[in-house]
Amino acid sequence: MNNARNQTFVAAVLVAPFVAIYGWMFLWPTVQMIQLSLTDAPLIGDGNYIGLENYDRLIHDKTFGKAIWNTAYFVLLTVVPGTAAALGIALMVSRLKGWLQSLILSAFFLPFVLPVTVVYLLWQWMFDIQFGIMQAILEPLYGQTVNVWRNLPFFMPMIALLTIWWTNGFSILLFLAGLRNIPKELYEAASLDGATRWQKFARITWPLLWPITVLCLTIQLILQLKIFDQVYLFASGGRTQSTMVLVQYIFEQAFVKNDGGYAAAIAVALFVIVVAFSVFQYQILRIRGPK
Amino acid sequence: MTATPTASRRKFNLGAALLTLLTLICAAIWFFPIYWAMVTSLRTDDEAVSAGFALWPANPTLSSFIYVIENSNIGRWYLNSTITSVLITFLTVFMAACCGYAISQLRFPGRTALWWTILASFMVPVQALIVNHYVIMAHVDLLNNYIGIILPMLLSPVTVIVYKQFFDGLPREYREAALMDGATEFQLLFRVFIPMNWGVTAALSIITFIGAWNAFLWPFLAVSTEEMMTVTVGISQVQDAYGVAYARVLAGAVMAGLPVALAYLLFQRRVTQAITLSAGIKG
Repeated sequence: MNNARNQTFVAAVLVAPFVAIYGWMFLWPTVQMIQLSLTDAPLIGDGNYIGLENYDRLIHDKTFGKAIWNTAYFVLLTVVPGTAAALGIALMVSRLKGWLQSLILSAFFLPFVLPVTVVYLLWQWMFDIQFGIMQAILEPLYGQTVNVWRNLPFFMPMIALLTIWWTNGFSILLFLAGLRNIPKELYEAASLDGATRWQKFARITWPLLWPITVLCLTIQLILQLKIFDQVYLFASGGRTQSTMVLVQYIFEQAFVKNDGGYAAAIAVALFVIVVAFSVFQYQILRIRGPK
Repeated sequence: MTATPTASRRKFNLGAALLTLLTLICAAIWFFPIYWAMVTSLRTDDEAVSAGFALWPANPTLSSFIYVIENSNIGRWYLNSTITSVLITFLTVFMAACCGYAISQLRFPGRTALWWTILASFMVPVQALIVNHYVIMAHVDLLNNYIGIILPMLLSPVTVIVYKQFFDGLPREYREAALMDGATEFQLLFRVFIPMNWGVTAALSIITFIGAWNAFLWPFLAVSTEEMMTVTVGISQVQDAYGVAYARVLAGAVMAGLPVALAYLLFQRRVTQAITLSAGIKG
């Protein structure tokens, strides 16, 4: 009895810091977000309760529709192509041994640890309209040099490209871990049976990697729904409305237009979308069975 | 008898060599933007725009780095980034270890509820909370302040989840033996469980540090003066001050990326471990 009480006391002390931060920085802002979304308050200061008016405005807001569409387009451009690229790279890297493997893996993984602003400056230089080295590829293909960050058809695909370049290290590592977990005996047995490289991939590697593939796809999906940094940095100074994404719209309404209530309503929408996809991810991952 | 296997082996090796070559080419292309930024930062601004495809500067110089150090607040930004990142790392890992330990090893009322809440919050987009983080921080007057930058970034349910699952996997005997010897729960956590498994703590610390150093959105919102910016925010905000001066801009970028790149290159295995652990895969 005494022991149980002692354990409860110790546990309370141990969980207290985390629970305090969790309550203050997560639960409290979540409740506040919902409250704020029902008012016409500015970012800082009081407003009037206006019921669901902000949500009604949201449904009819063209820019919000645009932001949803752009976010979906970006997700489409990054999730499946990025995961496919990561799988290809992981297959290539896993063949190598020792120091060569570490070296090559570092080359592929290094972008992942860089801050987004470094990625931004680096690609701005690569694509500079006058001096960028990428113009040497774009010019023959397109007929002229292209200011990709001010040219709408180029904007999202290029952001997607550099996002894949930047974030793919994560999926590559997961695939490599998955490949390492496939028993070598399977390949040896297949070799004895005279299986070709392709057959080994199609019959052994791919099916056994499928759970990891689903994991990578869903992690990427949820990550890329929250896109902001790259789009904001590359679009700033230009016409940001046409390349607006969801998080950027929250930012704009709150910090540029000073419309806290409406920004909170958009935030609630993002919240709901991401949680819905996460539940969906959880269901998919559960189908693969208990670990 | 002997001719066929040799021939097939030779063919096999050729295919393997070509694949290796292809891998090397892909890796070189992938790494090229980083290389190109580093090379450009070693040029003068005039050479940067006139060099074309020259893969190595004619006269490598650190003048762009010196210019940026002397003409921007990068020293101060470095200090800000270091202070906030170290504090975020230490506090996040410490709180997560304590909380993970309690959930894993102790029995107390509300334990299951707490665990499920943490698991569920895994899926919440922090980006949706920026508006209210800002409102809260403005209310307690912590904007443009280290504490204000740090607080919202301490929210890391994944770290708790990794610790909890890791402590779950340790044999019960250690705990029982230590308790028999009269150790308290705190001693058990800080003298036995954590020291016995520095690897996990190191891995989580490195990945938390990298994440904190790289954070953009919240530090960008929370800071209103140039003196309080982190490196990550600072280098993107003042580039206009140099005009079109790519060598200088990229010198700043190289300096901003250096600490995290080094952290990865030095602790490659730990970073890999942290990532596979947080995705719930055994590496």
